[in-house]
This record gives sequence, C-alpha cells and structure tokens, in this order.
Amino acid sequence: MDDNKTSHIKHTPGYGIYILVWLALVTLTALTATVAGISFGKFSIAVALVIAMIKSYLVLSEFMHLKFEMKAFRIFVLVAILFFLLLIVLLFQNYSYY
Amino acid sequence: MTTENEVVVHAHRDDVGARMGMWLFLLSEFLLFGGLFLMYSIYRFNHQHDFHIAAEGMNIFLGTANTLILLTSSLTMALAITAMQKGNKILSLVLQIVTFLFGLAFLVNKFFEWRAEFREGNYPGSPLLTAKPSGQILYYGLYYTMVGLHGVHVIVGMTIIAFMIRFTIKGIINKDDYVKLENAGLYWHLVDIIWIFLFPLFYLIT
Amino acid sequence: MSNSSVALDGKGKLPSYLIDQGKRKGLLAWLLSTDHKRIAILYMIGVLSFFAVGVSLGFIIRLELLTPQGTIIDAQAYNEIFTLHGVIMIFIVVIPAIPAIFGNFFLPIMIGAKDVAFPRLNLLSWYLYIIGGTMILLSMVLPGGAADTGWTFYIPYSVRTGTNMIFTLSAVFILGFSSILTGMNFLTTIHRLRAPGMGWFKMPLFTWSLYATGWIQLLATPIVGITLLLVIIERVFGVGLFDPTLGGDPMLFQHMFWMYSHPAVYIIIVPAMGVISEIIPVFAHRTIFGYKFIAYSSIAIAVFGSMVWAHHMFAVGLSNNAEFIFSLLTFLVAIPSAIKVFNWTATLYKGSIELEAPMLYALAFIFLFSIGGLTGIIQGALNVDIYLTDTYFIVGHIHYVIFGGTGMALFAALHYWLPKMFGRMYNKKVAKVAFWHIFVGFNILYFPFLIMGWLGMPRRSYHYLPKFQIYHIIATVGSWILVAGLLIMFINLLRSLRTGEIVTENNIWGGESLEWKVQTPPITENFEEIPEVTAAPYEYKDNDEPVLEKEEVN
Repeated sequence: MDDNKTSHIKHTPGYGIYILVWLALVTLTALTATVAGISFGKFSIAVALVIAMIKSYLVLSEFMHLKFEMKAFRIFVLVAILFFLLLIVLLFQNYSYY
Repeated sequence: MTTENEVVVHAHRDDVGARMGMWLFLLSEFLLFGGLFLMYSIYRFNHQHDFHIAAEGMNIFLGTANTLILLTSSLTMALAITAMQKGNKILSLVLQIVTFLFGLAFLVNKFFEWRAEFREGNYPGSPLLTAKPSGQILYYGLYYTMVGLHGVHVIVGMTIIAFMIRFTIKGIINKDDYVKLENAGLYWHLVDIIWIFLFPLFYLIT
Repeated sequence: MSNSSVALDGKGKLPSYLIDQGKRKGLLAWLLSTDHKRIAILYMIGVLSFFAVGVSLGFIIRLELLTPQGTIIDAQAYNEIFTLHGVIMIFIVVIPAIPAIFGNFFLPIMIGAKDVAFPRLNLLSWYLYIIGGTMILLSMVLPGGAADTGWTFYIPYSVRTGTNMIFTLSAVFILGFSSILTGMNFLTTIHRLRAPGMGWFKMPLFTWSLYATGWIQLLATPIVGITLLLVIIERVFGVGLFDPTLGGDPMLFQHMFWMYSHPAVYIIIVPAMGVISEIIPVFAHRTIFGYKFIAYSSIAIAVFGSMVWAHHMFAVGLSNNAEFIFSLLTFLVAIPSAIKVFNWTATLYKGSIELEAPMLYALAFIFLFSIGGLTGIIQGALNVDIYLTDTYFIVGHIHYVIFGGTGMALFAALHYWLPKMFGRMYNKKVAKVAFWHIFVGFNILYFPFLIMGWLGMPRRSYHYLPKFQIYHIIATVGSWILVAGLLIMFINLLRSLRTGEIVTENNIWGGESLEWKVQTPPITENFEEIPEVTAAPYEYKDNDEPVLEKEEVN
C-alpha cells in the first residue's frame, strides 16, 4: 500500500498540454463532421466511431489524468469496456444470425 | 453529519481512494448509457434504412456547435484543476464559472434544437411521428431518450460545478485539498465522452 | 497482531459501537450514524422486516393454491401478490441481504480497516434502500393496485397494465442505485483500506466474494436501471422504445432485463458462498481446502455469470447461434460453483465437525444449493428447457437456489455473527429445533414444485388442473412448517438480544479471521490500532498435517 505516498507527489502538467489536446479534439471533430458528407458506404459508421474513440481516449488519458493514475484505474476502465463489448457481441449472436 | 468517523476520514485523507470511488461510479454511469448504446446498435441493425432517413433530418450544424461547446468546457474544467494545483485560486474560479456557462450554452442550444423538432411535429406520440415507419419512431425514441438523459447529466454536472464554485470561494477546495474539484472534473469529462459518441451516432452517420 | 491483542484482551472492555458516543443520542444517533456497523444494523432491520412481508405474501399464495379454483383471494389480487412477493424478495431482501448487512459490518473489520471508504455514501445507500422499499409498500396500498406483471416486468404488458407500474419501476431503479453505491464503496474499501500485511491472498474468502459481487453490482445494475427507466419513459411520454406497436422489440427488453437479472443471481449467491466459506473451516476445524480456487472461482462466476443471460429466453425464439452459445456457457458457469462445493466438502473431509447452528445451516446450504444448481443445469439443455419454461420446475429451482442458497446462508450468518455483533448468545437448542423445522418444511414445500413442474404445472397460474392439487396441498403444509421454523428462529434470535447469555470472549467460535480478534461487540472504530496482518485467514493447527510455521497468534 505504498501508493498512499505516491499520491502526494502530484503530477502538475502545464496549461499548454491541455490546449494542445483541445486543439486535437477540435480538429478531429472538424474531420469527422467533414467526412460525414463523404459516403464510405459500410465504413462510414466505422470511421465515425474510430474518430470518436480517439477523441475519448484523449479525454480519458489527458483530461481525466488516467495516464497518471495507478495501474488499477486503467484496468478498471478496461474491465468495463470489455464487459460492454462482451454484451454487444453476445447480443448480436441473436440478432445477426437466424 | 459530524461523527467520529468523519474526523478519521479527514485525518487519513485518501485522495486516490476518493478518485477511485469516482472512477468506479463513472464506469457504472458508462454502462447506464451502455444499455442505451446496445439498444441503438440493435435497432440500427434491424432498421438500417429508416435510421438513415431519420438521421438526415438532424441539424448537423447545431450538433457540431454543441460538440465544440462541450469539448471546450472540458478544456476549461481541466485547466481549472491545474490552476488550483498551482495555487491560482482566482483563475481556477473563473475557469469553473466559464465551464458552468458552457454547460448552460449547451442546454440553450439543445432547447432550440428540440423546439424546432417539436414544431415540425416530431415529438413522441405525435400523429406525424407515429405514422412513420417503426424504425424512424425508434430513432426518435432513442434520440430523445439518449440526448435527454445526457442533458440530465449536463444539468447534474452543472449543479456539481456550482457547488465546486462555492467550495472554492469558501476555501474548502484549496491548493492542498482539491480532490472534490478533480472528481467534479471527472464527472464533467464523462458527460463530454458520452456526447462524443452521441454526436456521430445521431448526427453524422446517415 | 501482537500489539493490538494486548489492548483488546477480555477484561476492561471499551464501550462498544452499540453505546452512543457522539453528540447525538437515541434514535438519531442511529439514523444519522456513518459507522458501518450501525448502518449494517439499520440494513438488518430493513431486510428482515421486508423478509417478513415477503414471507407473508408467499404464505398467502400457498393458502390460495390449496384448491384448484379461487380459495381466499381473487385472480387480480393473486397476480399482484406473486409480483410483490418476487419484487420484494429479489430486489429488497436477497440482493442486499448478505452484502449490506454482513458485508457492511464485517468487511472493514476483516481487512483491518476502521470503516468503509465512503461512510456517508454508505448511509445514503441505506436511505435509498428504505425509500425504494417504502415505495414498493406504497404501491400496494395506493389506488390502482400493485404491479401485476410478475417481477420480470415483461413488455408489452408492463406498458399496458393500469396498476402502479411507475411506482414499482422507480422503486427498483432507486434500489439499484443503492446497490451500485454499496458495490462501489466495497470495491474502493477493499482496494484502499486493507491493513498493512493484508495482501489479496490473505483476505478472508467472504471478502473475496464481496469483491466479485461489487463488480457485478457496479457493471450490471445500471443496465437494468436504464431498462426499467425506459419502460417508465415509454409509459409516461409514449416514446417508442420497446412497445411493439411503436416499432419496438419486446425481446430486446427481455435481453436487457436478464443482462442484469441473471448476474443478479450471482449478486445474490456469491456473498452467500463467501459466508459458507467462512463457516465451514471454523466448524470443521480445518484449513479451507483450495483457498485460491475458491477466491478465483468467485471471480470466474462473476465473469461467466455475465454471459449466460439469454438462457432465460430459450422459449422466445432466439437464433440457433445464440441458443447454442448461451446453452454452452450455461453449462460452463456451473463449473466454478461446483469447484466451491467440492472444496467445501473436501474441507469437511477428516475435519472434526461441530454441529452448531451456523454449521447446520451451512450444510443445509450445500445440500439445497446443490439441488438448486443441478436442476439449473437441467434447464440449460435447450430441448428440455423448452418443455420446462414457465413451469413450477423453474419456481422450484429458483427457490432452491435463492432460498435454499442465500436464505440458508443468511440464517447461517445470523447464527454465526449475531453473538459477535451484540455480545449475546442465543439459545443453541432452540436454534437447532428451528433449523430442523426450516429444513424439513423447506423440502416439503419446494420439492413438490419440482415434481409438479416436471409434470407440466404452469407457474403464476391462479387456476390449475385438479390432478396437481395433491402437490399443492403438500407444498402448503410444508409452508406452515417452514413458517413455524422461521418464527421459532427469529423469536429465539430476538430474545437473545435482550436476555441471551452475555458473551465476553472475542473469539466465540474459534475463527481465525480478524473479526474474532476484536472486542465483542466491537468498538466504534473496530481497532484501537490498525493491526499488522501476518497470518493467512484459515490456519488451523488442529488436525491439518502440513500447517505452515506460523507466528503465534494471540
């Protein structure tokens, strides 16, 4: 339980990194809104979702400080995401096969 | 509620523990929306054409504007925490207020968007909507529910931030003890992440 | 442990948590307390009161079914009562029972902490719980009548029925929120507040079971929360979500309902298994067999248990693919449960078994839960399940698992820990008399369910064919014996709180986990000094050959 000690050594990132992340997020938003006009056919959902995932990754790791937290936090998030994916995969076993 | 326990909790303050609790709660929130995303995926899969038609009626401009508003509010929230860490109370306070105002702007925007939809007659149970094919009814059903529930979360987030502003003024949140502000920020960012997914699902994918 | 044991030794007791120490006195000192032990007692009062309501409703159902036609109530009342019986027993009694009462009380003590991670949130959970429970009770008395859909709230009837659905659904939503907060609190507590030396594999197995349960509560509960919220939204605003007339898919509701409600079975049973894992080694005087297997199997149950929900829906017409996968996974989920059962029996083997009341209930748990589990596997087979769906076989199965499992574990825990919690011992002879009434009554009540279900008796049925009457009569007689046993048990336990023999020793049963090293009843913050843990939780010197060299405990 030595992480009690490490919690006091706070990582204090400067303001600059957040502005950069925000710029990246805005760019990705512009990108996804623009390419929405282009028809990728089947892939348009995938493209939009991949961009959304990149954006949420940025928010999670930078804004929400996940990259500074204990490893357990990242495992928690992973568990929840895997649980959700598991539900969706199993659910589609019913809806995508007849 | 001042009992002995509280004294103890304060005496051995565990910021990591506080954040851990918040994260776990947020994962629960994520799965609350997860249930809705599951429904969306199944209904979209079963009614691809109807979803396509219904999504074209959405106002991409307002959706994009709201996305930018929320992203920027996330930035100001993150900056407010950094400012507090650096001991700049005034800057942190200003940034928190700005975040709150962005939340308000988001809701105002949403209000106009929904008003337009309602005026067109696309409200739940309306004769126009119920006459449409079932896939489109479901699209609007999900749209109002998911965006509405997200809106409720924005309001909750704003309430939390309002409390944080108060705490900051009173000095309860300060340079050495700002985990409350961090947790408020975590909540606000989650609201942002959910919107990051709602935006393409309802506005972009047609 | 050495330093703490000096101060905590027998004589010269410190004032226990039962004595008001703060500014407040009397009732308020309880209702506003953030002490995990007091909150546990509050939960106990709530859970056992609702249990009494649930048992009474079940008792009425059994009386009604004495004859094939109406007996004492009309059909609508019957529908409402079996719904209430299910809702109360599942959502208000068995889901919070063991984690909220005994988890709250003993989790912090077992891991050497002064309280849970978020004491005030803990109190909030209790208030949400009481609000939810009260709303269910109100739905009974308000005009419109209680929900009559069955505890599963299936669409489309739950959107159409004129009863107080919104009340019931919101109540379950609030109860779910309470459950999520408890789960989150326990997970954080286990991660952050373990005493020095309390490594993951030095935790008592009850703690492990609460950890697995916490994750299910946290991840699965919001799914049913949102699903029921959607039914409310659909009813209030007419938003098209599940209702087939608005294009919705009622089957999707069932999927989403069971996505939680199947894992909920594990929220119910895993802590019960934790209790049994505590009791068996203590009364067999033997180190638990396969500690790590039991610990991991709790996690395995949580994982596999999340992937089997659609086996509740084999009769609705799933895709072949889904039927195959869910049937296979259903068979797999039996493995970790069986691992536990084998480990318990292996622990008993060659042990010197002491048949005290907690042990009797624990053994009853193994026996009844095995019947419940095995009847469950029968239903995991697709073709058999088509035949058995919505028969009394299912009703028998769930009662064997939930009442025979969690119910017995709850009673075992009451007899095991109540003396610790209040410092008074119940009458052990009466406890055994009560046990035999409960055990015999239980089997007379529920075994006929399995038989008549196999013969085709449909569940939730007000009228039934005369050929099933004999089974119903036997079951109803069983219910009288069971209720008599429950009355004897509760009166015995309640009496013990006032007049029971005072217990002074810390270690009442000879357990090795930390709760037996603190004062009886515990002091407000459990420990005068946070202990340093060196020993594993189940090291019994008695008749276990390869005991590790362990430092002297006390």
